[in-house]
Amino acid sequence: MERPLFSARAEAFPAGLRVLVVDDDPTWLKILEKMLRKCSYEVTTCSLATDALSMLREQKDKFDIVISDVNMPDMDGFKLLEHVGLEMDLPVIMMSIDGETSRVMKGVQHGACDYLLKPVRMKELKNIWQHVYRKKMHELKEIQTHYNNEDINILRYGSEDLDDRNLTDGITNISSARKRKDVDYKEFGDQEFGDPSRLKKARVVWSVDLHQKFVNAVNQIGLDKVGPKKILDLMNVPGLTRENVASHLQKYRLYLSRLQKQSEDSTSGGNMPSDLINNDNVANFELTSSTNMQQCSEHTKHVGTSENLVPGIIADAHIGDIKKIVPVQGIESEKGLISDSPISQNFNNVPRLSALFSFKGMTPGIEEKAREPTTSKHQTLHDGAPRMQCMHYPGQGNCGMLDDYSYLSSSDQDHQVSFNLCSSSPVISATVTNEKDMKDLSEMKPVPTDQRNAHFAAIPQVACMTGSVSLQIKHGMVHSQDAGAICKLDGSPNTKGCSTEQIDNQECFPLTCEFSPKSEAELDSLPGDLHLCSIQKFGCFEDVGFGGAENFQDIISTPDTQVQNDWYISSELNNDYLYETVDYPLIDECLFA
Amino acid sequence: MFIYTRPAYQFCQVVLQGYLDEQFYQLEELQDESSPNFVEEVVTLFFRDSSRLVANIDQALQKYPQDFRRLDNFMHQLKGSASSIGAAKMKNECTSFREFCNKENREGCLRSFQKVKKEHAVLKQKLENYFQ
Repeated sequence: MERPLFSARAEAFPAGLRVLVVDDDPTWLKILEKMLRKCSYEVTTCSLATDALSMLREQKDKFDIVISDVNMPDMDGFKLLEHVGLEMDLPVIMMSIDGETSRVMKGVQHGACDYLLKPVRMKELKNIWQHVYRKKMHELKEIQTHYNNEDINILRYGSEDLDDRNLTDGITNISSARKRKDVDYKEFGDQEFGDPSRLKKARVVWSVDLHQKFVNAVNQIGLDKVGPKKILDLMNVPGLTRENVASHLQKYRLYLSRLQKQSEDSTSGGNMPSDLINNDNVANFELTSSTNMQQCSEHTKHVGTSENLVPGIIADAHIGDIKKIVPVQGIESEKGLISDSPISQNFNNVPRLSALFSFKGMTPGIEEKAREPTTSKHQTLHDGAPRMQCMHYPGQGNCGMLDDYSYLSSSDQDHQVSFNLCSSSPVISATVTNEKDMKDLSEMKPVPTDQRNAHFAAIPQVACMTGSVSLQIKHGMVHSQDAGAICKLDGSPNTKGCSTEQIDNQECFPLTCEFSPKSEAELDSLPGDLHLCSIQKFGCFEDVGFGGAENFQDIISTPDTQVQNDWYISSELNNDYLYETVDYPLIDECLFA
Repeated sequence: MFIYTRPAYQFCQVVLQGYLDEQFYQLEELQDESSPNFVEEVVTLFFRDSSRLVANIDQALQKYPQDFRRLDNFMHQLKGSASSIGAAKMKNECTSFREFCNKENREGCLRSFQKVKKEHAVLKQKLENYFQ
């Protein structure tokens, strides 16, 4: 295959890296400029943050990376960091003479991809190109998965008629399509990384407004008569393509059909083993993020300036400003989720929780541990990593909406549990990814799972899960009063107790993830924090953990088709995260994004 | 230790006496054909900027009531500046100043600042000699 021509700069990478240095100290500015020039980078200096920002805004593609001091007179370095991350999505390195842990942490929380201590050495600057490269790799990967999914969707749903769609049809085609795409994008990756500025991202953000337009259009046309072209025309959104609408429509249809099937099942008794379903159950499912809401809050350039943000499960970013727990509350329908087995999750330490509780990233240690067979129904804590057990409390009666509890298991290590909690409007899905070996889950009662439809599957008795929980409010509102399942990350080894409880207590869906200790205080703030729930926004948030700001940005702007897959795109610190790109189609099914 | 790898004639007395640290050598390493007077330029820049900061702090210290946060900010800048050329002793005095600031100890701040100024002046003298 013919490789496109590179620019000279791309070929020379990392030489020629375009760096913007911002520092109010003229001496340091001079020194840094010299150092960076010696690294063969192209350097632009700036002593005012405001100047830097306008420079960046004027020419978005002019720089590859920004290095900024933390303490500046006209603007706080962290603020600059947020802006750059949000608006330009460039990697930012912070510098300071102050190396205090809290400061460094703050930097990381705000999305810095590195934090250098002054005096800065040449050798540290020599390697900054890695941040640019890493970012590009992530983006490429996302594009790859995006196109994979597009392929899948197109293959599966060639026509617009969703009736009698058999999802397995496409699977063989999908894997070959994916392989093909893999190859394509690997080449693409090789070629393009050198010239990052050339990389184009084509993403559609299915914002609340956009989705609302979509829904309106669909309702206007009539679901049975609807088709992407008609919707597109009605929506009249410039830049939106038929493909975007088509894939969104598929998801929407899936979601609706799941809803319908749910109600069918409830009348017919469904195909759920009775012992797994507690019909009177209302699962209150509330995920609370960790203390590191602060982390989320601040690092989220995404959220920080929430005004700019569309994807809003995290609403007007309470996440943005404060440490707060963002409760995501869902309702379990009578389908009941897991009745008797605890789902324990090992999570990496606290910082991993995001507003949407995507507990990604495990320390390597945890992963190893995860692969060890556990002895009992719980997974032991690893190095104090919080374990998540999910427990739900009987909720306020009716509304039982837990639709699907889909339990996707892969034969590999990944174990995904997906909850679709939805009423007619809200759909919250929490997907928990488990890296743990599946063997423990063999104890699980087999449940006829229509995985394709992502319907309820049995919850394993040994619900040991590690990995990420991504919670998405797909659509509509979730009211706290309906909610119940409290998901708290438990810092102390406690599963055993929990397990027995769960078994005894059929009512309880064991979904407790309790973050200790700091979260205690924040838990108090939970009930009031409806913003998360009460807003018809959806999106997929991934906990960007440390400095994964760029990921977050990516996620926000990802098209719905790849929303789920974002969870598996590791942030910088999550490189250890072993997500096998297993069942995209399955995941796709589960979640209406 | 790094100084033993350098030819004898390149030893900077100011460094050996502890007024400057390794950072100064880093600056010397940066000097090359394209910027033959790099070190001197940087040092000049430093003294110009730091003198300004010192004056600001002087002024701020005169005020009542004492705005310790503002003082701390200034000193933070000064410390950062000092680190640029490796002004070790001066940096240390800046650190103790900030400690007094944190405790809102005005007396301590005043005394400490005198030391900062002294180190600043001494260093300036020595480096002027060095570049002669």
